Amino acid sequence: MNHAHGPKRRINRLSWLIGGAQGSGVDSAANVFARACAHGGLYVLGQREYYSNIMGEHSYYQVRVSDKPVKAIRHRADLLVSFDAETVFVHACDVSPNGGIVYDVKLETTPLDRVPTLDARFREDMRRFLEKQGVGLTLKDLLSVVAQGGVRLYPIPYDDLLQRLAEELQQPLSRVKRAVNTLAVAASTALLQYGVEWIEKALEEVFRGKARVVASNVRAAELAYDYVARTFEDDFPCRLEPVETQEARIFLTGTQAVALGKILAGCSVQTYYPISPATDESVFLESHPSIRLRNGEEGALLVLQTEDETAAIDLAIGAAIAGARAATSTSGPGFSLMVEGLGFAVINEVPVVITLYQRGSPSTGMPTRTEQGDLRFVLHAGHGEGPRIVLASGDLEEAFYDEVRAFNWAERYQVPVIHLLDKALASTSETRPLYDTHGVKVERGKLLFEEDLPGASEDGAIRRFRFTDDGISPRTLPGTEGGIFWLTSDEHDEWGHITEDPVVRTRMMEKRMQKLETAAREIPREEKLNVFGGPEAEAVILSWGSSKGAIVEAMELLEAEGFPLKFVQVRLLCPFPAEEIAQELEGAERIVAIENNFSGQLAALVREKTGIAADHLLVKYNGRPMTVEEVYEGIKRCLTEGEEAPRKVVLTHGR
Amino acid sequence: MAVDVQRYKTDVHNNWCPGCGDYGILNAIQMTLSQMELPPHRVALFSGIGCSAKTVHYVKTYGVHTLHGRVLPFATGAKLANPELTVIAVGGDGDGLGIGAGHFVHAGRRNVDLTYLIYDNGVYGLTKGQASPTLRLGVQTKSLPQPNVNQGVNPLLLALSAGYTFIARGYAFDIPHLIGVIRRAIEHKGSAFIDVLQPCPTYNDLLTKDWFGGLDRKDEQGRPVPRVYKLEEDGYDPYVRPGMGEDEIQEKQVRFLQKAMEWGDRIPIGVLWVNETVDTYEDRLEERIPSYRGARPALRPLADPKGRPLVDLTELFEELRVL
Ligand SMILES: Cc1ncc(C[n+]2csc(CCOP(=O)(O)OP(=O)(O)O)c2C)c(N)n1
Ligand code: SF4
Ligand SMILES: [Mg+2]
Repeated sequence: MNHAHGPKRRINRLSWLIGGAQGSGVDSAANVFARACAHGGLYVLGQREYYSNIMGEHSYYQVRVSDKPVKAIRHRADLLVSFDAETVFVHACDVSPNGGIVYDVKLETTPLDRVPTLDARFREDMRRFLEKQGVGLTLKDLLSVVAQGGVRLYPIPYDDLLQRLAEELQQPLSRVKRAVNTLAVAASTALLQYGVEWIEKALEEVFRGKARVVASNVRAAELAYDYVARTFEDDFPCRLEPVETQEARIFLTGTQAVALGKILAGCSVQTYYPISPATDESVFLESHPSIRLRNGEEGALLVLQTEDETAAIDLAIGAAIAGARAATSTSGPGFSLMVEGLGFAVINEVPVVITLYQRGSPSTGMPTRTEQGDLRFVLHAGHGEGPRIVLASGDLEEAFYDEVRAFNWAERYQVPVIHLLDKALASTSETRPLYDTHGVKVERGKLLFEEDLPGASEDGAIRRFRFTDDGISPRTLPGTEGGIFWLTSDEHDEWGHITEDPVVRTRMMEKRMQKLETAAREIPREEKLNVFGGPEAEAVILSWGSSKGAIVEAMELLEAEGFPLKFVQVRLLCPFPAEEIAQELEGAERIVAIENNFSGQLAALVREKTGIAADHLLVKYNGRPMTVEEVYEGIKRCLTEGEEAPRKVVLTHGR
Repeated sequence: MAVDVQRYKTDVHNNWCPGCGDYGILNAIQMTLSQMELPPHRVALFSGIGCSAKTVHYVKTYGVHTLHGRVLPFATGAKLANPELTVIAVGGDGDGLGIGAGHFVHAGRRNVDLTYLIYDNGVYGLTKGQASPTLRLGVQTKSLPQPNVNQGVNPLLLALSAGYTFIARGYAFDIPHLIGVIRRAIEHKGSAFIDVLQPCPTYNDLLTKDWFGGLDRKDEQGRPVPRVYKLEEDGYDPYVRPGMGEDEIQEKQVRFLQKAMEWGDRIPIGVLWVNETVDTYEDRLEERIPSYRGARPALRPLADPKGRPLVDLTELFEELRVL
């Protein structure tokens, strides 16, 4: 290896993309690549895009690699890695001018209309694009166009390499064919001059326990490295180099971050009905039924698959009434069914946690695509008026700690807590240091055990809905002697018995609502919102949830260009921190709201609660997460064009 | 020796109609608990929504009056979180077999150790007498503008196909018999279902106390010939036990079908089915999670005295480690 020679190269900053038909190993290929980078001390952030389909439709995986933590995906890929024609057709135009495309040489002659899974709209656009360029309609024609723009082409004869692999391993070709994704990944890392040993280590990890599969894939990787070294000039403008670090790191997805938070909080019952993109969380939890405790004991974690989402939330509420820290996980269609149970938890003051991964809606919508469209829905879900707490995480760091918060607030304020995430966070994977659990506390609020009861117990029972100064009443668990209580979905008196008395009703309504005031008073400001950037900024970005990463990265780029910005990320949505937000927005010359939905739900909420209106709205509702480039461009447009910039800018990146 | 039944009563004003069968069922529940000497705080009573569902407010145990049709999911969640509770669920026929029919079926599949009573009055009492799912085709009760256009569902047959391991029928106005049935249901390990024939004098003018009691047909001495009769007095054996042969079980199933479908002149009450060959859901959980019953999810200690979580994430971090 000749590190010191050759043209000037960008080191350890890369946006990489692999695609292929669903079921053909795209995920494991991306996983191998990401892990290979992670083992070498690099930071990785991945995002998975896939259809609601099991086999055949196009899926892709973007991975960004850096020697600094990465916060969001980029639209442009420096290296596009493929082993089918569709991936090249779909993504070739998104490769950065100095980037490269790894592809199967035998597919060059594939005509556009021979890729049946392409969406009709895309096919038509591509046809027009190619016709406008004055070229034919094959893959090769498209490649020639992008090559003229500076993109490097790396055709790989996968069939020949697989044939060789089959001969060497003395196995039928059909057996080794699946290794084509490893050939593709290895060809890409060979171009990046990244040592093959990192790929081998990752293969061992991804295919753990399957020695034969590991062996054949390792050999495939070697063949690819060998081919690349023999065939192409060593001039790819990016390279990856391992970085020495003492830091312990994990590699995990958004659903795993949430699951870890639940486990740490002591969640012992999780219910679910299968639904994208929430299911992975429950599956991860179900594979950890016994949790190691610091006192040397084991704690049971029940994961219960129910007949539908009404049952899912009601089982969780039943378990919470019994005393378990109970949760359920779902996305829009499931939450719609849970609204009934939510109302029960509201009126009976049951601490239950609902983890909601938003996806493209309404109705079944786009099951595997992202959106931040449910904010208004969760704030008002249910008939009538009643308290709930809603918090939204912006990244995998927050997702973990927010889940613990959700359980603490649920018990402290005896309300259902809705933890908002989305598909983009669910399918983000990243390397990060181990979560620091030192400052984490378990808070169970006014929970009474037998020894606390004397005084509260009246003839064996308690007033479960006792009127108190802060609206929160002491609670017991069934099985507690002297702690008998009644709950009812009807309006009730202090004892939990049905009442329609107008005076009691008025007080009970006020008692429930008062809990939100208590929560608003007690929850610290820094848990209600994050503020990034300096006070000298004239423009303020207002946003929430998963758009955070792209915004923070875009801000860094803009600041470097002399546009200082402030970013207010709202994390607590109910009780709404109107005053705190108003303070942050006051005096702002320009307010730009950024949301992954159609109407700018948070911006409207801020206007409703503070009277302050955003000047511009950057919204995106094509089902894809925000990329750094489009947020950067969008903000810049608002800043430079000022009054001339449209009030609403629709972002459209994504395939 | 029984505990004083007063201990299981509340002083909440009961607002059922005079003559309602619900009174009989309520009494039977309270008397069963007292006869079984179950401490009130160890019992959790759940109900759906309907006249019948108000039961929980009249019984002094932990009481949860849930949502229309959802009583079983709530009860299941509580029981699985704390398997030491005695969990009893009650509700109407509309509640359990109309809006809650899906949950009824899936509860049978699980076989959680709980008891479920349906107050079967053929009508939606609390909403003023519309046809319930058990009302038969062509029948026109008092407040129906037209005869019933749907067929009635047979709760006993549905329970068998769903997998309930204890299936019985009771009659609201034969309290001593009902007490015996409820007691056996509570003692049964697994999901026990009792369909309780419950006259609703206000809206069901056909399935009345008089009709069940046979006041419309007298024998030669002029005494009414009741329609309801007790299976126990008929030598009926409901038990399916481990080690029984296929043939024997099949014979039991046939007998069950005959009894479950008998209606009109003779209506059997009593225990129709007890299957002792199926593990409870809790047993199945314990097989997966050995600590399940010992470390009841509801009562798991969560924090040390300083409030720090007891959970140790080291192993999980290890599983996800890349560096
Ligand atoms: C979701 C919902 N839909 C409708 C109702 C109105 N509702 C209250 S009770 C009831 C029917 C009760 O009939 P049943 O379950 O047979 O009980 P009964 O009153 O006969 O004991 C209905 C439909 C409700 N409470 N909730
Ligand atoms: S309406 Fe019928 S079921 Fe309801 S309380 Fe009156 S008699 Fe009983
Ligand atoms: Mg009824």
